[in-house]
Amino acid sequence: MIKTIELSKTFGENTVLKDITTTINQGEVVAVIGPSGSGKSTFLRCLNLLENPSKGYIWINEKEISNPKINKLDIRKNIGMVFQHFHLFPHMTVLENVMYAPIKVKNTKKDLAEKIGKELLAKVGLTDKIDAYPSRLSGGQKQRVAIARALAMDPEIMLFDEPTSALDPEMVKEVLDVMKDLAQTGMTMVVVTHEMNFAREVADRIIFMDDGKIMEEGNPKEFFSNPNTKRAADFLSKVL
Amino acid sequence: MNLDFSQIVPSIPFILEGIGATLKFVSVSIIFGLVLGTGLALLKISNKKWMKWPADIYTSIFRGTPLILQLMIIHFAIPQLFYYDIPVFLSAVLAFGLNSAAYVSEIIRAGILAVDKGQVEAAEALGVSYRPMMINIILPQATKNILPAMMNEFITLTKESALVSTIGYMDLMRRAEIVGAQIYRNFEPLLFAGIIYWVMIFILTNIGSWVERRLRQSD
Repeated sequence: MIKTIELSKTFGENTVLKDITTTINQGEVVAVIGPSGSGKSTFLRCLNLLENPSKGYIWINEKEISNPKINKLDIRKNIGMVFQHFHLFPHMTVLENVMYAPIKVKNTKKDLAEKIGKELLAKVGLTDKIDAYPSRLSGGQKQRVAIARALAMDPEIMLFDEPTSALDPEMVKEVLDVMKDLAQTGMTMVVVTHEMNFAREVADRIIFMDDGKIMEEGNPKEFFSNPNTKRAADFLSKVL
Repeated sequence: MNLDFSQIVPSIPFILEGIGATLKFVSVSIIFGLVLGTGLALLKISNKKWMKWPADIYTSIFRGTPLILQLMIIHFAIPQLFYYDIPVFLSAVLAFGLNSAAYVSEIIRAGILAVDKGQVEAAEALGVSYRPMMINIILPQATKNILPAMMNEFITLTKESALVSTIGYMDLMRRAEIVGAQIYRNFEPLLFAGIIYWVMIFILTNIGSWVERRLRQSD
C-alpha cells in the first residue's frame, strides 16, 4: 500500500508537485494521466525516492519512506520501475540485464538468478533473445526486457513512467499486453501514461493531474464518460 | 652532405638500452597516474563540495604549470628543503605520475559524466548501491568514452618522457645526446632516437585501436 500526505516537490522556485494526498491499495492498478508538465512523472519518481520530496509524507506498507534517514536502497528493492527510455545496460546481454540486480542486490545464487531470468523473459516473450545485446532489439523488445529486469527483483509495487511513449506505434501493444498480464497477477501498479485505452481498460482507478495537483480521481468508467472537472473534460476532449 | 651513420654503429647498443629505461619509468608513471587520476575523478564527480574542491585545485596546479618546472621542483628544489638526495627514477616517476593524474582525472570525469544519466537511475531504481553501480555499470560504459582520450594521454606521456633527460635520467633521449656529444655528430643519434620513439608510439596506437575495437563489441 502506498499513501502520500501533502506530498510536494519544488525545483528551485518551481513547485512541480503541490500537496498530493492519495492512497494506492495493494493490488490496485492506478493510471496517472494529465497534460505534460503536470507533475505526473515527478509524483511517480517520488514514490521510489528518485526525487526527494520537498514536503509531506510518503508511506509504503506502514513505513514512512519520506523520512530523510531512510535507507533508499532498501526501499527500492521492493519497488520496480520501468522508464520511458528503457535504460537497459547496453554492455550486458538481455539475460545479464535481468540477472544483475538479484545477484548484486539480493545475493541470489547465479544459477537461481539465471533460472528466474529465463522464466521472466519467457513470460514477456523473449526467450529467443536472451543472449542478444540491447542494441539489437526493437523498442518494444527493449521495454519488455526492462519490465522483466524490474520483475526479477520480485517487487511488491511496479512503477511505469510513460512506458510506451518512446515506442513506434506498432510496438505499443506488445508492451501493454505484458502490462495487462501483470495487472491480472495482482501486482500493485502505478502507471503514468498517455494510453487512454489502456487506462480505461486496465486501471482500477484514474488519477488526473494538472499543474502539480490531483484535480480528480475516480474509477475509469466514470472519469472517461463523465469527468467532474472542466480541466479533465478539456484534457479528454483533446486526447480522445 | 655531412652524414655518416656508420659513426653511431658502435653506440647503438648504448642507445637501445635507453628503450628499457624509458619504458620502465613511463609504464610506472602511467600506472601511478591512472590510479591517482581515477581517485581524483571519483572525488570530482562527488556531489559533496569538500571532496570536489581539493581535486579541482590539484588539477588546476598540475595542469597550470609546465611539466619541466614540476620535474625540476621535485628533483632539485624540494630536496634542498629537506637535505635529501632523491634518485632520478623516483623524481621522474613522481613528476610524470602526478602530472598525468591531473589529465587522467579530467578524462575519466568527462567519460563518466558522458554516460547516460538514465543508467544511474536504472541502477538506483533496482536498489544497486554506489560501488557495484560504478564498477559494473558506469565504468564499463565510461571506458568506451575514455579510451581514445586516454590513449592520447599515454602517447603524450611517452613522448614528453624525453624531458627527464634534463635531470640526468639515462633514457633514450639522454643517451642519444651523450652519443652526439661523444662523436661530435648530432644528426645521426637524434634521428635514430626519433625513429625509436616513433616506433614505440606506433605500437601504442595500434594496441589502443585493438582494445577499442574489442570494447565496441556490444554495439
